[in-house]
Amino acid sequence: MTGQSPAVVSASKLGLTFQTSDGPVQALSDVDLTIGKGEFVSFIGPSGCGKTTLLRVIADLEKPTSGTISVNGMTPEKARENRAYGYVFQAAALFPWRTIERNVALPLEVIGLSRAEQTARIKRTLDLVNLSGFEKKYPWQLSGGMQQRASIARALAFDADLLLMDEPFGALDEIVRDHLNEQLLELWERTNKTICFVTHSIPEAVYLSTRIVVMSPRPGRVSDVISSTLPKKRPLDIRETPEFLAIAARVRDGLRAGHSYED
Amino acid sequence: MDSFRDKIVPVTSILAGVVVVWYLFAVILNTPFQRDLDRRANATPSVVEFIGKTLAQPKPTLPAPHQVAVNFFENTFLRSVTSSRSLVYNAWVTLSSTLLGFAFGTALGIVIAIGIVHVATLDRSLMPWIIASQTIPILAVAPMIIVVLAAIGVTGLIPKALISTYLSFFPVAVGMVKGLRSPELTHLDLMHTYNASGSQTFWKLRVPASVPFLFTSMKVAVAASLVGAIVGELPTGAVAGIGAKLLAGAYYSQTIDIWSALIAGSVVAALLVMVVGIAGRIVDRAMGGRPA
Repeated sequence: MTGQSPAVVSASKLGLTFQTSDGPVQALSDVDLTIGKGEFVSFIGPSGCGKTTLLRVIADLEKPTSGTISVNGMTPEKARENRAYGYVFQAAALFPWRTIERNVALPLEVIGLSRAEQTARIKRTLDLVNLSGFEKKYPWQLSGGMQQRASIARALAFDADLLLMDEPFGALDEIVRDHLNEQLLELWERTNKTICFVTHSIPEAVYLSTRIVVMSPRPGRVSDVISSTLPKKRPLDIRETPEFLAIAARVRDGLRAGHSYED
Repeated sequence: MDSFRDKIVPVTSILAGVVVVWYLFAVILNTPFQRDLDRRANATPSVVEFIGKTLAQPKPTLPAPHQVAVNFFENTFLRSVTSSRSLVYNAWVTLSSTLLGFAFGTALGIVIAIGIVHVATLDRSLMPWIIASQTIPILAVAPMIIVVLAAIGVTGLIPKALISTYLSFFPVAVGMVKGLRSPELTHLDLMHTYNASGSQTFWKLRVPASVPFLFTSMKVAVAASLVGAIVGELPTGAVAGIGAKLLAGAYYSQTIDIWSALIAGSVVAALLVMVVGIAGRIVDRAMGGRPA
């Protein structure tokens, strides 16, 4: 792993059991994981493997029931209070009554930045996701891909070093998804952020990540962690190289070993 | 052209149907009294003459549409608006207490909804009472409110407005509870990731999300306010207002007056609902609503 840089996320023996009317459901069990600064880590696995739950635990949207986890060296709650991360949801979740720029301004208003500082940051983040010129549009006037880019801009707006993304491109078609994947890599390179990315697409995980965490269900657990040997610069056609396919095959093996393909 | 085909044609067809049925029943219902009159006068009118007479009685059981229309026209347009017989004057009297009561009711409904959404105890304790309050017949409560308030020296506009308030706070409270709870879980999670305070979540998320619910419930509330104001005029022995016209008409069997006062009430109700609807659409547009 990236031994020299300090851990952004560090989990040990992490477990989370939901109490449901059908009895307890073990969403996460015995998760050990360290994510270093500047990494791009993907979580992949079938539905019910706990990948989203893990991301929500990091974000302090769920509380673990066992084990320990730290974010930036503190509890997830403290980290959240310090606005340690930006979170991108599966749906763009823009407020329909706000224009794109007011949507990006939302977190800035919450933390109480001055108007001038807000304007500067809005401009910078919208430039970063190539949405300049759409400031005054309302969300419904934008395509799904553009809406999701606006929500990424919103997550970037308060300049946290950690970006948590929960299947952000899951609802988009493949052409748009390829394009956004490319842009996301570019953005990651430029900003040097740490990114945790939940997906259920093997090519997406392999293309984006420096490390791929393969998870399996019942109970949700980490079944394999694969470090990518791909270079940092990745044109889209890297996906046809033998190296890429080898990693994809390993991910698929990992999923199979975790019984992910069984019913 | 589309609005002609989609709206005007269907609405006028229904109206024409209503008028036909109305005439039919006017003849049927006024026949016994007309027969009685003719018998005493030893008149033997032809069928056409007879039908004509049933539609021209001064105090018919059911006035014919044209009688109501003439009465409505005379009392609306041909009288000075300060005359106590003018429907405009009476409608204004009722309208003023309707608007005051509606304003009170909307404010009260919003305050109650905010309480219910934010205080768990209120959620459990207040809601059953609010629902119970609306099961009490307003006709039973209205005289008590008027009498009790008169006893402590409050008369005139306020007691009537309070009855409007009593009827109009309910739809607003129920609608706003739903509206303030309408934000999606993702939006609430989002505010949580920002470590937003309760009041920030309230003002930036819950309030804007509740606006469409507010206007929908205000449309119901404004109509209820008008009913409240009219009912409030009944037991006061009120001298003016649509309710007073209804009551006076009933005392003196002026059925035509009753019906034209009813029409005046409906016109006011339609206008009020329309104004609230237009205000809602303007606000919706200002909040980036997608044009329909």
